[in-house]
Amino acid sequence: MLQQLFKFKGGVKPQTSKTSSLHEPIGQAPLPARLIVPLHQSIGGTPNPLVEAGEHVLKGQLIGGADGWISSAVHAPTSGTVLAIEEHIAAHPSGLSTLSVIIEPDGRDEWIERTPLDYRTLPPERVREILRDAGVVGLGGAVFPSHAKLTASKTVPMDELVINGAECEPFITCDDLLMRERAEDVIRGVAIFRDLLMPKRVLIGIEDNKPEAVAALEKAVQALGENFEVIAVPTRYPAGGAKQLIRVLTGKEVPAAKRSTDLGVQCFNVATAYTAYRAVAHGEPVISRIVTLTGNVEHPRNWEVLIGTPLREFIQLGKPKNDTNGYLMGGPMMGFEMPSLDAPLVKATNCIIAASPTLFPQPPPEMPCIRCGACAEACPHELQPFEMYWFAHAKNFGKTQEYNIFDCIECGCCSYVCPSHIPLVQYFRFAKSEIWARERDKKASDLAKARFEFRNLRDEREKAEKAERLAKAAAAKAVEKKAAPVDSGAALATSPDAPVNADVAKKATIAAAIERARVQRETAEPKNTDGLTIAQRKEIAEIEARRAPLLASEQTAPNAETQRTQSTDT
Amino acid sequence: MITAIVIMALGAIVLGAALGYASVKFKVEGNPLVEKIEAILPQTQCGQCGYPGCKPYAEAIAEGEADINLCPPGGMEGVRKLADLLGREPTPLDAEEKPKQVAIIDEATCIGCTLCIQACPVDAIVGAAKQMHTIVASLCTGCELCVKPCPVECIRMEPIAENIENWKWKYPVFEIKRAA
Amino acid sequence: MTHYLFIIIGAVLVNNVVLVKILGLCPFMGVSKKLETAFGMGAATTFVLTVATGASYIIDHYLLMPFGLEYLRTLSFIVTIAAIVQLTEMVIQKTSPVLHQVLGIYLPLITTNCAVLGVPLLNVANKYNFIDSLLFGAGSAVGFSLVLVLFAGIRERVEGADVPIYFKGTAIAMVTAGLMSLAFMGFSGLDKYQ
Repeated sequence: MLQQLFKFKGGVKPQTSKTSSLHEPIGQAPLPARLIVPLHQSIGGTPNPLVEAGEHVLKGQLIGGADGWISSAVHAPTSGTVLAIEEHIAAHPSGLSTLSVIIEPDGRDEWIERTPLDYRTLPPERVREILRDAGVVGLGGAVFPSHAKLTASKTVPMDELVINGAECEPFITCDDLLMRERAEDVIRGVAIFRDLLMPKRVLIGIEDNKPEAVAALEKAVQALGENFEVIAVPTRYPAGGAKQLIRVLTGKEVPAAKRSTDLGVQCFNVATAYTAYRAVAHGEPVISRIVTLTGNVEHPRNWEVLIGTPLREFIQLGKPKNDTNGYLMGGPMMGFEMPSLDAPLVKATNCIIAASPTLFPQPPPEMPCIRCGACAEACPHELQPFEMYWFAHAKNFGKTQEYNIFDCIECGCCSYVCPSHIPLVQYFRFAKSEIWARERDKKASDLAKARFEFRNLRDEREKAEKAERLAKAAAAKAVEKKAAPVDSGAALATSPDAPVNADVAKKATIAAAIERARVQRETAEPKNTDGLTIAQRKEIAEIEARRAPLLASEQTAPNAETQRTQSTDT
Repeated sequence: MITAIVIMALGAIVLGAALGYASVKFKVEGNPLVEKIEAILPQTQCGQCGYPGCKPYAEAIAEGEADINLCPPGGMEGVRKLADLLGREPTPLDAEEKPKQVAIIDEATCIGCTLCIQACPVDAIVGAAKQMHTIVASLCTGCELCVKPCPVECIRMEPIAENIENWKWKYPVFEIKRAA
Repeated sequence: MTHYLFIIIGAVLVNNVVLVKILGLCPFMGVSKKLETAFGMGAATTFVLTVATGASYIIDHYLLMPFGLEYLRTLSFIVTIAAIVQLTEMVIQKTSPVLHQVLGIYLPLITTNCAVLGVPLLNVANKYNFIDSLLFGAGSAVGFSLVLVLFAGIRERVEGADVPIYFKGTAIAMVTAGLMSLAFMGFSGLDKYQ
């Protein structure tokens, strides 16, 4: 199998530190005392809670329904009782809370009824729906709903399906062990993706520091009679970035502001393929995932953990050493420090690293940028981090966008190589979130403007319509008066002579015209009765009620004002 | 002396005629500046600047009638942007700068008078006569125009709390340690 | 030919209006905060200055000199320049509202740009003929645009630098302008061949 490999620019080679967690097979984490399942675990819409506090749920039961197409469902990880649906601290660098379902397990671990399906007999739309409702999301860390990536483009033929088993970040080994131990299920999952997307080739990229995983997958591919190509790629961070792996395997470079699908390539993580297979063929939604527990612990190992397990209980499995001073979620390059031990593990959690001052020493203080260009050489996206830093530092966000800050994948290569120890990625994250906030504000103000203008338009239209309606009513009344001119005070006032039949029509039109003019004038002039308080209005109503009988007795008075009062009263 | 006067006068007349002709020929309708100014204003339509909406204020700025520091929701940031656009010096805001707010109706107290609905410039309040009203928070611009008309004072303004959706990464700050 | 080349190089670099003759500092400091406005201002000034030198040469030679009215030179130049600027503004506003907005308040200020008056007066002092005057005017204008754009580029970067608080803004801009002026003094070495 000769495969030409390509190179991506930049990248770094940090110490991998992977071996310590590879000695033992994947362990099954015990049931925690309490599970905290955040509803929002994927990119896109927040699922709506479908259970109530006090309700009993079964393992795998839907507790949050997908909201829209770009959204993914959430399930109960075990059977038990819903204690509450409340805001709980999330696995997020902000340390803020998010709406979560808190479940107390009953220990029976009782599954909901599972229906294994043969996806080949189902239409592709149905398979995508199953994946959405099973909560299958990209487990590489981006947690993008997988079903949304499984519709082949109508315009661009699908050339390659790239399966990402590179796992380039130091310390993380969860995909490695998954590929070693569950290779066949991974390949079966890839086959589902293949059948939905119909690519010409399927390429599975694995960094060459995982020969066991490569061998296991090759064996599985042969055993299942598939024609997937398992390719060992050179170990270099971030070879596991989607765009980098696509570049290495296919030679295609995804341009700025384009997606890989525009070039006929789609990319999935191996763990995603595995969960997709479990969801379709076994009816098991995503309720657990494999998490590497490593770093400053006595027993580094990979564990299959229920989603929602609190960090506090999970770390006990590895027995953290005494000098542990924090826990990173994700790798040391792109991960963040967990805000609290109460935060739960989520679908995006691929690794928990116990940190210690010796493992991750306090970075030396930031020094001025000397424009050495080391960051530009390390950047796998060929950006100019020193320029972006300069303008992010000065909060000149327009300029950072000119230097394509949104193509930055925050891989951390630039910060890693910076001789001045500048935390470049932190500046870029800051600039990006500021730009997003500005765009949100802009959108909100555009919406407000549109609504304000529409309201003004509507006000004017309503005014015009009201005037027209009143004029019509007046005209109709005039016609009525023509039929019985004796009853009409207005007709009496405008016709002092004896009523001559020929004259009546003419007089009535004049009266109608006067009425119309009056109505128009009244609607045009603002009334001082607008904007009164309820008390004032009540008072007015009372006065009007008192006046009504008086007015009724004066009804013979031939002026227009009394006539109007009378007609409204009757 | 006479020639000098005649020549200068002649020159002035020729130039004046040319300018007069040009001003007719190249007449521009409207002021495109208004749109640019309006794009900077936050569109809360609150009227705190003394003009009935953001567009009239933008027009007043373009005409040079209004100062650029009258928009409290735009804050100092807005003043700076306007100063940048118009080539003026940014002046301190003519009011207290407030965080972004959202109006909240105390639904137990609301008597359903619809006065706030009429006051809301962006139709962000739903309700009907004698029915409880509520505010569509995502549409509320925090303009406070609904607070005053309420006869039972059941509307209050609350600053928008930080959540995971609108959370922002902070500017990197480092402890400065004294060198030994 | 070399004569014209010397005039142009002399006007652009050696005797740069802004940095060597120290003329037209008002727009140089005022419109140099952003690169795009600097480009716009440079283009407008180039146009106005070239036309103004041509027009003032004609007025000087065919109106003032024959009647012995040289003492009205400054006055009539100012009037001509003001009219040309007004005309330019109207044309730009009609044809390119975007450029008009970019230039903003500074377009009418070209009227009071001393470089625009200074260059025609220098033409007269140097006894240049019509072609020479035009070249000198255009060269000076290009020189003005060049340093304006350079300066704007530098200021955009300086904006991001950790400038001590008392030097922030105009102060550091003045220091920068001084350093640029020093740098341009280096071109005076070219002069000995002229």
